[in-house]
Amino acid sequence: MISVQNADFDMAQLYAALRREAGNAGGIACFTGLVREFYEPEQKDSAPAVKSLFLEHYPGMTEKALADIVTEAEGRWDVLASQVVHRVGELHAGDQIVFVGVASTHRGDAFAAAEFIMDYLKTRAPFWKKQQAGDTSEWIESRASDERARARWEKTS
Amino acid sequence: MVKIQYFASLRELLGAQNEELTLPAEVRNVGQLASHLSQSRSEKWAVLEDPSRVLVAVDQTIVERSHPLEGSEEIAFFPPMTGG
Repeated sequence: MISVQNADFDMAQLYAALRREAGNAGGIACFTGLVREFYEPEQKDSAPAVKSLFLEHYPGMTEKALADIVTEAEGRWDVLASQVVHRVGELHAGDQIVFVGVASTHRGDAFAAAEFIMDYLKTRAPFWKKQQAGDTSEWIESRASDERARARWEKTS
Repeated sequence: MVKIQYFASLRELLGAQNEELTLPAEVRNVGQLASHLSQSRSEKWAVLEDPSRVLVAVDQTIVERSHPLEGSEEIAFFPPMTGG
C-alpha cells in the first residue's frame, strides 16, 4: 500500500497490516523517518531552531513514482508485502514524516528492499522540503550524499 | 497545447503559475522547450537550461532533455527532490 497524506500514522497499525498481508513472512523490516533540525552543526549557534517544515509534492506523480519504486524493489527482492507512507503539508520537529515497511521470507531481502525504497524515495519521488525558523523560510537543498546512496543500487551490466 | 507546471523553489524563483502553451514548431524535445522558455522570457528563466538544477517530468515520469515532445503532454519543471 502507498499513501501520501497530511495525517500522522501509527506504526503499530502499519506493521499489523504488513503481518496480515504477508502471510508466511520470516521477517518485517520497518523504517520511520522523523523531522529533525536541518541546520548544519557549525551553524547551530547562530541559526534559530527549525520550528516547522512544509512538504510540497506533485500530486499524481508522487503516487506514481512511489509505485514505480516499489515495483522495482519487488523485481529485485523477495517482497511479500510492503507499506510506504509519506506525509505532506506542515510538519514540526520530531514529527514522523515517512514510513517504509517490507515483509519478506528472509531478513536480508526485507532490509535491502526497505533501504532501496528509502534511497530511491529521497531522490526520485517529487517531494520538496521548506524549513521555517524564526521569521525566515527557505527551501532545503538536495544532498549529494542522497544521490550517491541511490546510485549505489544501480545495476552494473 | 502542453500543460506546464513548476514546483517548490523554482516556482517561487520564476513567480510562475501553471500554464498552457502551444509549442512552437521548432520545439521538438524537452531541452528545446527549456531553451525556448529561457530565451523568450526574463533572465531568471535561464535556470531551466541547467539539468543539474532543474529536473523535468513528462506525463509524470522524469525524463532526459532529449525526450521528444508531441505537443499535448503534461510537463513539470522542478528542483532536485528532498523528500524522506
